[in-house]
Amino acid sequence: MSYSLDLATVWAFILAFAIFAYVVMDGFDLGIGILFPTLEVGDERDQAMNSIAPVWDGNETWLVLGGGGLMAAFPLAYAIILPATYPLVIAMVLGLIFRGVAFEFRWRDPGHRAFWDLAFSLGSIVATLAQGIMLGAVLQGIHVDGRAYAGGTLDWLTPFSMLTGLSLLASYALLGASWLIGKSHGSLQERARKWAFRLGVLTLAGMAAVSIATPFLAIDYWQRWFRMPGVLFTAQVPLATLVVSGLFFWSLRRGRERLPFLLTLLLFALGFVGLGISMFPYVVPQALTIWDTAAPAGSQIFMLVGTVFILPLIINYTAWAYYVFRGKAATEGYH
Amino acid sequence: MGDEALILARLQFAFTVSFHFIFPSFSIGLASFLMVLEGLWLKTGRGVYANLYRYWLKIFAVAFGMGVVSGIVMSYQFGTNWSVFSDKAGPIVGPLMAYEVLTAFFLEAGFLGVMLFGINKVGPRLHFFATCMVALGTFISATWIISTNSWMQTPTGFAINAQGQFVPAGSWLPIIFNPSFPYRLAHVVLAAYLTTSLVVGAVGAWHLLRDRTNPGARKMFSMAMGMVAIAAPIQIFVGDAHGLNTLEHQPVKIMAMEGHYESHPHGAPLILFGIPDPAAKRIDYALEIPKLSSLILKHDADAPLGGLDAVPDELEPPVAVVFWTFRIMVGLGMAMLGLGLFSLVGRVKGRLYSWPLLHRLAVAMGPSGFVAVIAGWVTTEVGRQPYTVYGYLLTAKSHSPLEASAVATSLLTFVIVYFIVFGSGTYYLLRLMAKAPAPHETEPAATPQRAAGITPAPAFAKD
Repeated sequence: MSYSLDLATVWAFILAFAIFAYVVMDGFDLGIGILFPTLEVGDERDQAMNSIAPVWDGNETWLVLGGGGLMAAFPLAYAIILPATYPLVIAMVLGLIFRGVAFEFRWRDPGHRAFWDLAFSLGSIVATLAQGIMLGAVLQGIHVDGRAYAGGTLDWLTPFSMLTGLSLLASYALLGASWLIGKSHGSLQERARKWAFRLGVLTLAGMAAVSIATPFLAIDYWQRWFRMPGVLFTAQVPLATLVVSGLFFWSLRRGRERLPFLLTLLLFALGFVGLGISMFPYVVPQALTIWDTAAPAGSQIFMLVGTVFILPLIINYTAWAYYVFRGKAATEGYH
Repeated sequence: MGDEALILARLQFAFTVSFHFIFPSFSIGLASFLMVLEGLWLKTGRGVYANLYRYWLKIFAVAFGMGVVSGIVMSYQFGTNWSVFSDKAGPIVGPLMAYEVLTAFFLEAGFLGVMLFGINKVGPRLHFFATCMVALGTFISATWIISTNSWMQTPTGFAINAQGQFVPAGSWLPIIFNPSFPYRLAHVVLAAYLTTSLVVGAVGAWHLLRDRTNPGARKMFSMAMGMVAIAAPIQIFVGDAHGLNTLEHQPVKIMAMEGHYESHPHGAPLILFGIPDPAAKRIDYALEIPKLSSLILKHDADAPLGGLDAVPDELEPPVAVVFWTFRIMVGLGMAMLGLGLFSLVGRVKGRLYSWPLLHRLAVAMGPSGFVAVIAGWVTTEVGRQPYTVYGYLLTAKSHSPLEASAVATSLLTFVIVYFIVFGSGTYYLLRLMAKAPAPHETEPAATPQRAAGITPAPAFAKD
């Protein structure tokens, strides 16, 4: 198998970057939605909400780029994975609708704030579970026949996909908790720190369980991870994960405010590299590679020309927007 | 995979895209309106502009949020329900939509936070820049998505490869600038400006009917009616040009719009009203003006015009839907022109702020832009049937291999959720609009500048 730097590979890395950006950025604001029921009504919830209100829309745009980019660069993969996970995609977008409108509606209608807070929370939980289960569904393989999905409506539903769903729930909540440590003060920060501890444990347990279960799926994952000499490289991933998680708990104990979030990001990055080792160059494991599903060069080049100029620009002004809203969040909205 | 799943998938797409289209058609215009208001405030320093800016910003925030979440549904629905279309047309429409995300969605989302929450954090000029970027983003977004849709209507610049995919034949310019794109873009953007003007005008009129001295209500009514008076006649002109373009590239759609079941070798009549009878293939109770259709479409009263009798039945769009929605759109367009002229009379006679009849009419016309936009959209989309990519890919061969029960469940869920969520949202919008613009709101720059991020900034004054 050739790993030369061709167009499809470049696009696979660009999309992987978009998906990673989505996972960590929407991850922390979805995580706040997951933690929301545990926050006290009033200042705690308002402060948590305000810490993400200016940025959530931008965070979610990476999801649209992930979807749109997949359709553009690997149309066949898009045309197979989405029908295969149909109920999950629908559940995800409906969850995102409820939580997205709650940002405005909860301020607009104090009489029904409890309802919109619940919508925010349930929407976040449903969207996260759906994404996690989708990950499991792709990892465990999809039934493809010719150029189409050939399975049933509920093929994705397995113990393994439930495990990935629950693991992602814990991980997003961890991102949310460690984000809040940096963006809040007082009782909310205390609470976020406590949750970060528990969720750190849960997330690592989830990562370990998924890592152990993956090589037992009837796919060549075992080969990818444990064959010599590759294992000398792949073994670094779990080892680094151990080191980063040690640092993470240390930073919590030392009462650090920003470090826990940065270390959680690193943890996600390592998990992502692990997924890359399991999947690359397949988009649908054992069935379709990035080259099988790639759009013609004319399409990929056209997008690449724009992307290399625009993506750095996007990263710059997004960073600026985060910079404008740096520091602790307020307890009141602009309303 | 039967016909049921196909019909359900089409219903679901029609339902979700119609709902989605409502919000951008309002927020494209409103973003530009906000840009003008803030620009005028920076230039003149007059408080009325700052007040109006804050007033409409709150409304914009609610409408924009609903547009974002209903848009995410669309970006995944191509894959979930139209996977064959996505596989085949993905190499062409995919990059166009990816460019929309890269050049428009990120721009809007990146600067929206600063626009909504950042007025005390970045200073007025930078804040105005953020507003401009959001407005620019909405316009760029419209450009790409209309280019995509237009390519599906009038596909050019492509080849078909061994896998049956539409692929770029060479340059992307003929794909982006396909024959119907410039007309459709102008028509849609003007429609968005008109829709917004009609809403702003209705809100102004509503408050003028209660207090004709309210400076905010006067200013917004005057600006909105000015825009209607300018944009409505231009829109009618552009719509006519768009129609001629459609006649050239999609003549069957025009036949359905006009209700021409029969060919007219010696000049076709313009059917004003009538009831299409698809079974008998005729228009019952037709009220028609002889030869006018040929005169409008061909600029020659005796020019021959083909009818649906020359088209195989299976390639006909559903005539009744196209016929009716087209008349609704045109009728409302004429009513908008009438309102614009009426407001000009009011302006000349110095009664713009004190003519209750004008204000009542403006209130009644408030939602007309939305109705016209949806009707026009249905005309062009249903008129494209039975194809997804006009002339090349049938709708019946574009959909995903899903079970009907799965699509039925998702459709039902969408209907329930949309009515709860967007019903509530519309209620909140109306409640915000029912509040009169407050005359003494503090101005953004009058609020003391705080050290960014350290103390809570109240940003916009509460009202």
